[in-house]
Amino acid sequence: MKKVKIYITLKSGVLDPQGKAVQTSLNTLGYAEVQEARVGKYMELKLDDHTDAEKQVEEMCAKLLANPVIEDYQYTIEEGVTQ
Amino acid sequence: MKFAVVVFPGSNCDRDMYHAAKDALGEEAELVWYQSANLSDYDAILIPGGFSYGDYLRSGAIASTSQIVADLKRQAEKGVPILGVCNGFQILLEAGLLPGAMLRNKNLKFICHFEELKVANRDTMFTTAFQQGEAISLPVAHGEGNYYCDDTTLKQLKDNNQIVFTYTNNPNGSINDIAGIMNEQGNVLGMMPHPERAVEELLGGNDGLKIFKSIVNNWREKYVTSA
Repeated sequence: MKKVKIYITLKSGVLDPQGKAVQTSLNTLGYAEVQEARVGKYMELKLDDHTDAEKQVEEMCAKLLANPVIEDYQYTIEEGVTQ
Repeated sequence: MKFAVVVFPGSNCDRDMYHAAKDALGEEAELVWYQSANLSDYDAILIPGGFSYGDYLRSGAIASTSQIVADLKRQAEKGVPILGVCNGFQILLEAGLLPGAMLRNKNLKFICHFEELKVANRDTMFTTAFQQGEAISLPVAHGEGNYYCDDTTLKQLKDNNQIVFTYTNNPNGSINDIAGIMNEQGNVLGMMPHPERAVEELLGGNDGLKIFKSIVNNWREKYVTSA
């Protein structure tokens, strides 16, 4: 099996109210060094071995998993993963 | 005129939308389940608000992949009037029928109250019953209504007069105070405020009814009087 790890983040320049709230909370807890926080999503997929994972995952991200208007994505693919 | 109200799992403004078209407006309307609908049977299509698929992944994202959206795109190309409200607007954005995307409200709060809007373009099939620049009042109820698009898209929206409604006191951080936009062709309107919740005085106002009346009047003018 192939294991895919996908990281989805808001594009730089897109306002992240949730990240802003996290940053404020961290500052409140005394972590004054936190200048910015951005909140994203992490997903894991398991794919059949015989698939062209790179091509398929690229398509999945563009079509559904990320919204290209506001989000960027990155992923890693691990080969030969067992259950 | 016959309206379809498309019901997704998690829609919750579908009955309000049905009531607006059927009772307040006095036209034919049907609630149609997203898996069994044949949209070509209808003269106009209403996509109601709610939380389709629990807002999983992103608001409207899962619904935008369902089979009915392909049918919706065909009807849009044919020029059929399509109105998406709140989650319906989010579905239209995710489906690519309208440009841009929704972000979480700037203040992170779910907002739920009447909001003053300005009719930014009354020269559309949805707004001819208003005056240009008219101030109207409609309820908003959303946590993700902070409309966002890049500068190029915003310029296109402005140049083509696709911005239909704007907020007087922007409640969610939406770019350019945008509350509702339409496609370039002018037959697909998406808006965060709920016109279907303001169709009679008993509900606190009837400014929303004018949107439905505009749809009917323009449809009649196009298809009935010329027949």
